[in-house]
Amino acid sequence: MSAAANADPQLEAFRLEARKWLEENFPKSLVGKAGMMMGEEAASRNADFDKWKKAMGDKGWGTPTWPKQYGAGGLSTAQARVLQQEMGKIGAWNPIGGMGVMMFGPTLLEYGSEEQKKKHVPGIVKGEVWWCQGYSEPGAGSDLASLRTQCIDKGDHYLVNGQKIWTSGAQYADMCFALVRTDNTKKHEGISFLLIDMKSPGVEVRPIKLISGNSPFCETFFTDVKVPKENLMGPLNGGWTIGKRLLQFERQGLGGGIGGGGLNRGGETRTIDQVAKAYAGANDNGQVADADLRMRITNHMMDARAFMLTVQRAMSEAKGNAGPSATTSIMKNAGSRIGQERAELLVEVMGHQGLGWEGEGFTRDELDTVRGWLGGKATTIYGGSQEIQNNIIAKRILGLLDHQ
Amino acid sequence: MAVLNEEQSMIRDGAKSWVQEKSPVTAFRKLRDSGNADGFDRAAWKEMAEMGWAGILIPEEFGGTGLGYLTLGLVLEETGRTLTASPLISTALTATTALLLAGSDAQKQKYLPAIAEGKLIATLAVDEGPHHHPEKIALAGSASGGKVKLNGKKTFVLDGGTADLVIVAARTSGKPGEKGGITLVLVDGKASGLSREKLKTVDSRGYANLTFKDVEGEVLGTVDQGAGVLETTLDRARIGLTAEMLGQAAQSFEITLEYLKTREQFGQKIGTFQALQHRAAKMFTDLELGRSCVEGALAAIDRDANDVAQLASLAKAKVGDLVHTVSNEMVQMHGGIGMTDAHDAGLYLKRARAQEATFGGSSYHRDRYATLLGY
Ligand SMILES: Cc1cc2nc3c(=O)[nH]c(=O)nc-3n(C[C@H](O)[C@H](O)[C@H](O)COP(=O)(O)OP(=O)(O)OC[C@H]3O[C@@H](n4cnc5c(N)ncnc54)[C@H](O)[C@@H]3O)c2cc1C
Repeated sequence: MSAAANADPQLEAFRLEARKWLEENFPKSLVGKAGMMMGEEAASRNADFDKWKKAMGDKGWGTPTWPKQYGAGGLSTAQARVLQQEMGKIGAWNPIGGMGVMMFGPTLLEYGSEEQKKKHVPGIVKGEVWWCQGYSEPGAGSDLASLRTQCIDKGDHYLVNGQKIWTSGAQYADMCFALVRTDNTKKHEGISFLLIDMKSPGVEVRPIKLISGNSPFCETFFTDVKVPKENLMGPLNGGWTIGKRLLQFERQGLGGGIGGGGLNRGGETRTIDQVAKAYAGANDNGQVADADLRMRITNHMMDARAFMLTVQRAMSEAKGNAGPSATTSIMKNAGSRIGQERAELLVEVMGHQGLGWEGEGFTRDELDTVRGWLGGKATTIYGGSQEIQNNIIAKRILGLLDHQ
Repeated sequence: MAVLNEEQSMIRDGAKSWVQEKSPVTAFRKLRDSGNADGFDRAAWKEMAEMGWAGILIPEEFGGTGLGYLTLGLVLEETGRTLTASPLISTALTATTALLLAGSDAQKQKYLPAIAEGKLIATLAVDEGPHHHPEKIALAGSASGGKVKLNGKKTFVLDGGTADLVIVAARTSGKPGEKGGITLVLVDGKASGLSREKLKTVDSRGYANLTFKDVEGEVLGTVDQGAGVLETTLDRARIGLTAEMLGQAAQSFEITLEYLKTREQFGQKIGTFQALQHRAAKMFTDLELGRSCVEGALAAIDRDANDVAQLASLAKAKVGDLVHTVSNEMVQMHGGIGMTDAHDAGLYLKRARAQEATFGGSSYHRDRYATLLGY
């Protein structure tokens, strides 16, 4: 594999450096294990994982483009891409993840004070501090700004009372970035962005079980929780802008990335045409035998291809750009829809074998596919539902406003 | 809604109130959480039989009421509404149909009164792989003197783990894919050589994989000539199943509609958003179309019309698509709460996919419909 003729020599030098470092530090035993070991509740981690995480955390390459002064990689986007390519070649994967990396960190870098960045970025970079997102409340979902969790200024600290819901990973989190109400007389302008230590007295989490059988999220209760003043990020009553910015990062991650909206959610990793031939049969020409199924599979595979091309186009267009734009809404809706369609097709193609819950008679992959299909239904609900994304596209991008 | 006679109205109303009182979704949830291995509640089944539901298809001379398929469909629609898992589909609908179509007097006398009384669970075992392909039956049967010895396997047999009587579609001659050579065989659920593996499925119903090793059974109908009866039985079973699916779709739609009228965001009911209104209107339209297919097909069986096969495939494909869409929308329109196990949306979603696959999915039936119509 020779580098392109017009390759930038500095970049090629970095490539060699990255290749060497990865060779030395990535344990071969971890190839293909990302799915098993990532996620805050993963029980399958081992010494190799710990070693790899420490190496990447110390190097700062888990958050490659964040500034070096907080321990992160400090790489250019071009270098980061090279790093990713080199990791891909040997099956290495990023052990540093979670909401801290995907959503909170980028927002903190933009809106946090210098002290806040110094205090909170390194923990994310090293993968030592898990963050959860305290946004939604029972009465405030799509209409997030109607949130009511009270935050009162007590002079030397804030006092927080209220309830959050659907807080992913709250049972494992060290810290929570939350939207709280600091002014009852205004809607959007009465919201502040607060960082809450999950070990504070008065924080209680109750896991909620999903239709897929696992409990990745919680109800989170705050009862007279004292929060230090320095944990207010941005101005008092200025949290909405920050909170929305964070949502853009979230949606961007969900749409283009390997996250919830990604195309594959565990279980079967083969392409659907292969799965269809295995379960539903092929004709003498080696085609999926069922003509109707074959066309629907084709439709899905074309959608998936178009989506991947869009991801690539967005990435190259974003080179000169700073951060995510409003078009991230398109990615989230397209990605989550296509991911759900894949899961539905997989379950259908597997027939009876795609209807197992547990126990005998089904393979691990079959059971994981079913659980993934169910869990994936959330991708059009969280991070701004499909309907809310469509409203954003219609109003902000297409200019179809309510009152014209 | 079909125009009902007095008796049918009474049965439907009786089913409505029994289901609400005795078998709401909470009862199914409890059954699931109790780890019940049968996949249905025997006490509830006893009550259903006492109300005559197990014998709706069975003529009076064999202890039933002989009220026919439309009437059974009315009951199935109601039980479908609350996800009631019972042997109605396996026993009162499918196995009973096969016995009625092909049974000798002695066989009918032996099994039908027991079914009507709710004392005998029976089922039809057709599929052998992940998909419904009755034309590909391979399970080997060697017939001699009214008896058949069976070797092979059947998959995903509804109530197959509990059935006292399994009606097995076996291949006694010819090759898989050929129409001739199929024989229906009555097998005792406790027959030696029969092993049953109960499956834990997403919809918590009682399916099992069955393995036959030199299992002896008795011919139902005529050796090698079973394909016709099997097809007719399947069509009636498909149609009955769509009645259950229709009730389920209607109920999940109504629950969702109610939520659109109560949940508020942005200071208004979410049902005031046109994005949701139009989808609700579309679902309502499809429900009405689906109801026509189901009721039309049920009535066609009762009249012994010559287009039952077409109507079966029409109903299975249309109502399959209907429950698919409505169950997905139920989750989506409920937002986060719809994703929780504590909410019923997931239960409806899981049951829907199992029904879609049972007796052939929408693709299978679209293809079959085209074939039946000659294109
Ligand atoms: C698996 C999962 C993980 C989550 N993790 C987190 C987390 O970590 N932190 C956190 O804060 N939240 C989290 N959420 C919550 C998520 O952000 C909310 O569920 C989401 O915002 C929707 O809110 P809701 O559930 O209250 O639904 P509602 O807002 O009540 O919506 C109900 C339905 O109405 C529709 N609707 C609402 N408004 C409109 C409109 N204007 N036009 C058209 N349709 C509309 C919705 O799209 C939806 O279909 C998670 C949710 C899930 C399912």
